[in-house]
Amino acid sequence: MNPLTGYLLVAALLFSIGLAGALTRRNAILVLIGIELMLNAANLNLIAFWRYGPHPEALTGMMFAIFSIAVAAAEAAVGLGLVISIHRHAHTTDLDAMNRMRG
Amino acid sequence: MSVVFYLLAALTVAGGLAAVMLKNTVHCALALTVAFAGLALFFLDLDAQFAGFAQILVYIGAVAILVVFAILLTKGSETPKEGVYSRNWLAGLAIAAGVFAVLGWAVLQSARVLPGPEGTPTATPVVTVLDIGHALMGRYVLPLEIVALLLTAALIGAVIVAMHEKEGAK
Repeated sequence: MNPLTGYLLVAALLFSIGLAGALTRRNAILVLIGIELMLNAANLNLIAFWRYGPHPEALTGMMFAIFSIAVAAAEAAVGLGLVISIHRHAHTTDLDAMNRMRG
Repeated sequence: MSVVFYLLAALTVAGGLAAVMLKNTVHCALALTVAFAGLALFFLDLDAQFAGFAQILVYIGAVAILVVFAILLTKGSETPKEGVYSRNWLAGLAIAAGVFAVLGWAVLQSARVLPGPEGTPTATPVVTVLDIGHALMGRYVLPLEIVALLLTAALIGAVIVAMHEKEGAK
């Protein structure tokens, strides 16, 4: 098997696991964990294409992955801050219980 | 495909599965750390040393700790009586399975045209941290500045959103 195919399949599997977690879990923090897994799967794709691409010395995929890691860190900080804020307001992190936007 | 690849794939996928399936939220955060570590090892295996160590520092060092803090601050480790899965979990599972089927089909169909064919191992790219630093300070300096601004704005925003309100707070 082509080595790149293996990495792409692992990344697709990890992305689907993260998507399943984000869609099926009830706790808001677990949904964020699923989103983090999806972002990481995308990073694995970027690095694998950089490694097996025709011009690895151009560093394009590597730079994309590094910037993606930084953006994901910002996303995690804001997301968890929102969860803490909602918990203080509604005393729950259960997404099925959060069914109104008015406090 | 080497033995290392299969070991890392098993570790990462097992960590990811445990992170979304375990009942106790703290256990989920620990399993998420295992998945992040597996991905960092994948990056090192792919000769991307800088990205691998950035993954360890940012994800295992910061994001996992942040998730654990959020779980403990929201008492999220208590398993709810109604179960941990949402009401429409079956639809979510079906959507995820469909997405994986489409992605896997696309990858397998395009295996012939992907770079790096079997039997001709591509030469290990020699990329030092010095090269990455030169690229970050040269060609990619504008994205770097924008990311710095984004991180500052995100951190200030996160602190403001999560901060106690003085009046009205109980």
